[in-house]
Amino acid sequence: MSTNHETVPFEEAMTRYEPIIGLEVHVELGTNSKMFCSCATAFGAAPNTQVCPVCLGLPGSMPVLNRVAVESTIRIGLALNCDIATWCRFARKNYFYPDMPKDYQVSQYDEPLCTNGWLDVTVATDAGPQVVRVEIERVHMEEDTGKLTHSGGATGRIHGADYSLVDYNRAGIPLIEIVTKTVVGTGALAPAVARAYVTELRDVMRALGVSDVRMEEGSLRCDANLSLNKPGEGWGTRSETKNVNSLRSVERAVYSEIERQAAVLDSGGRVIQETRHFHEDTGRSTSGRSKEQAEDYRYFPEPDLVPIAPSRTWVEELRATLPEVPSVKRARLQSTWGINEFELATLVNAGAVELVEASIAAGVDAAAARKWWTGELLRVANERGVELAELPVTVSQIARVEALIADGSLNDKLARQVFEGVLAGEGDVDVVIAERGLAVVSDDGALLAAIDEALAAQPDVAEKIKSGKIQAAGAIVGAVMKTTNGQADAAKVRALLLDRLGVSE
Amino acid sequence: MSSADADLIRQPASVLAAAICDGEVSSVEVTQAHLARIAEVDGRVHAFLEVTAEAALETAHLVDEKRKSGANLGVLAGVPIAVKDVLTMRGVPTTCGSRILEGWRPPYDSTVVARLRAADMVILGKTNMDEFAMGSSTEHSAYGPTHNPWDLERIPGGSGGGSAASLAAFEAPLAIGTDTGGSIRQPAAVTGTVGVKPTYGGVSRYGLVALASSLDQAGPCARSVMDAALLHSVIAGHDPRDSTSIDAPVPDVVAAAARGDVRGLRIGLVKELSGDGYQPGVLQRFNEAVEILQGLGAKVVEVSCPNFDYALGAYYLILPSEASSNLARFDGMRYGLRVGDDGSNSVEQVMSLSREAGFGAEAKRRIMLGTYALSSGYYDAYYGQAQKVRTLITRDFTAAFTKADVLISPTAPTTAFKIGEKVDDPLAMYLNDIATIPVNLAGNCAMSLPVGLSPADGLPVGLQIMAPPMADDRLYLVGSALESALTDKWGHLLIEEVPNL
Repeated sequence: MSTNHETVPFEEAMTRYEPIIGLEVHVELGTNSKMFCSCATAFGAAPNTQVCPVCLGLPGSMPVLNRVAVESTIRIGLALNCDIATWCRFARKNYFYPDMPKDYQVSQYDEPLCTNGWLDVTVATDAGPQVVRVEIERVHMEEDTGKLTHSGGATGRIHGADYSLVDYNRAGIPLIEIVTKTVVGTGALAPAVARAYVTELRDVMRALGVSDVRMEEGSLRCDANLSLNKPGEGWGTRSETKNVNSLRSVERAVYSEIERQAAVLDSGGRVIQETRHFHEDTGRSTSGRSKEQAEDYRYFPEPDLVPIAPSRTWVEELRATLPEVPSVKRARLQSTWGINEFELATLVNAGAVELVEASIAAGVDAAAARKWWTGELLRVANERGVELAELPVTVSQIARVEALIADGSLNDKLARQVFEGVLAGEGDVDVVIAERGLAVVSDDGALLAAIDEALAAQPDVAEKIKSGKIQAAGAIVGAVMKTTNGQADAAKVRALLLDRLGVSE
Repeated sequence: MSSADADLIRQPASVLAAAICDGEVSSVEVTQAHLARIAEVDGRVHAFLEVTAEAALETAHLVDEKRKSGANLGVLAGVPIAVKDVLTMRGVPTTCGSRILEGWRPPYDSTVVARLRAADMVILGKTNMDEFAMGSSTEHSAYGPTHNPWDLERIPGGSGGGSAASLAAFEAPLAIGTDTGGSIRQPAAVTGTVGVKPTYGGVSRYGLVALASSLDQAGPCARSVMDAALLHSVIAGHDPRDSTSIDAPVPDVVAAAARGDVRGLRIGLVKELSGDGYQPGVLQRFNEAVEILQGLGAKVVEVSCPNFDYALGAYYLILPSEASSNLARFDGMRYGLRVGDDGSNSVEQVMSLSREAGFGAEAKRRIMLGTYALSSGYYDAYYGQAQKVRTLITRDFTAAFTKADVLISPTAPTTAFKIGEKVDDPLAMYLNDIATIPVNLAGNCAMSLPVGLSPADGLPVGLQIMAPPMADDRLYLVGSALESALTDKWGHLLIEEVPNL
């Protein structure tokens, strides 16, 4: 096994070679039950607690197809501009492996449900954004396998392990495999195109609501195929890089594989058709299973299931449920919210787009909605390791806080404390304000008393202000805010202070 | 065994059910009589792999209590039954006649077993079979052969030899079999009993350990046509757990069995299922039966199904292909036999050693055939061609059923052969199913019923009736008419002539 780390720098490699990429993306569907039985699909349950005779492949058990999984697949196919088959079947993919309860995987082979689609992705270039159309070969359904954990041994792989444990909770979870046609002619953009494609695909899945598409939990997995050839020459031998577990890694995997294959070819070597294992820490891959002798999966039609024959009426009904295409939606939001691509990307990456939209619909100003969701709330979500949408705060609560800020009852600092209380489960906005006593101090008398006290404590500052150094006012305002526990409107304090000292701006 | 017990075990299931329902006899008494019979004769017959005496008596007791409470009972409530060891039954060893499943106790009931329980039937135990239902003699059971009660030196047919022998030995009044290429019908033929392969999808396959998924079908085994009909009505019907199960009303097989009428019916003799290879004694009894049917008012016509000649070849590609995949899960990882797990072998080696030790010769032969037939580069020539033949056979049936309401043939070309006679000659063994296989390939239904003893050897001969898909009632209409004519002629059912064990 080669762990040869010799590489040719990317830019140099691109002067001699053209890359061809192909991406296979697996998406775990977010159905409530598994593909062929009624077992739950929750992530993180104790091992082998979400299993039954069917997903354990016990002798005699038989699969029954989950209608929602078919529905989701058709919607994915439609969103990716695919043709939807009028009749297709499942096939058995036969191979022995301990994570496979039946030693075959129910999949689709020569009769996929969706074929011939495309997805446009945008990549940044020196000459501005460029749209690349990635053609989709097929979208098909298959069942996930169990999950192996290998104990002992140096590599954490099955060979050399002392023992291995199998968790069949994942076995039978519906998977969608989306396979691109070969993507040619992207040149040095290949790594960026790969990343943009997976990102766009993730956004499409998210918009469809068919999967939570979390790469770190494996609900979206990407295998990157790559070959290099010299311009004008035939295609090279491809490698397939697996274990690519983040969007960033998709780009890095393609990038580093170009560097590696270029080195192999430069030295007169031959690229081996193999599966490679990507390492997040080093950004490099190591050789895995050789595919030189293609494994014979002995596919044949699954006799325990009947064909899927989606009626055209059903397909059109599903088409009507499709959400706005993410790229179109992004363009619309950028213009209506008056934000740039980067700001939108921040919202998208935070999973905040829908929340901001909902907040605006609830009456919150667009800028304020973005500020809350990508600021304080995102910070808390990250801290808790949850999605924004999972935070126990509602858009109507944000609207209420904003209204209170507008009428001067709250300031920013107090508003943050209100959310802190709401997120801690102390109750609704007004309850938290009352319980924590967070209302802005608006009694001029109380504020003037605090101002006088501060001026007395810092007579030198008072003199400075009087002599026209108005920027020194901050020290007094700060002191007042401190004595009022932040519950004053800073602008108002400043105005009162200047008035008190008979200074004008 | 008391004379009362001796009387009970010879009764038809329908009579036992009525007697239990009327309180003339208790289910416990009936069950005890059969358990006593099993204890008495099964050492010589070896129909059972597992006798669940305690559970059976418990169920029988509950049925008796239920009857006393005045609750409604099903048509076969309290009647004992034997179940082929290929159907899962919660907590009871299910071996499929194989070493590889030794010790496995399924955590769930097959739908057939669940329906037997729901009908308050009393399950006596699990019956012997060729390993994973591969065979025509029950000699391929890893637990030793079953003996034919008509002659203990002969085979009881297969793969469901245990179920058929349990009936002929009066160990059970009813049994469940499964039929992939004739495994209900051929054992019925050679043991003088009645067996039905229902329409594919008529009886749920959920919990039936698959040999060839597109061919397997569970069905009733009995000593009379009416008993088979009653059992058929209990186990048949749509099951949402089996995607290939037919969602339509079950044909009224009981009414058809009660009516038993062939007047005006067109009965087709299949030209290709006769002649060379069929013993003269078998053909003689078959021809006599045809004359009887004619005498009862049926119109007999000859039909040709030319593609039946390729049925055996197609079957021995499709069955091994599906079997090679279905049997892959027996790898020693999760249940059953595990060999070589001593820390010195890799997971692949443990899988390989377990399968080597756990499967018998016939299972290995078919796994290898199927693996080859599905291989890249061979698929089209073998599996693909076989599927085309299958389509042609279905068309032959469709055409034949425009000329005839039912088709008939001998069930098997020969009577029961001697144990050991063909066990080393797979091709000779495979020929036993030449007449029964077309029905499995086409997915329609068929029955075998006894039509006499061959003059050559005094052993039972079976006649096969075949009907279109979901016309299972026609099997019973014809079978019942023929059975009553024969019973009138002999003065009793043929099974009464079985020698005392």
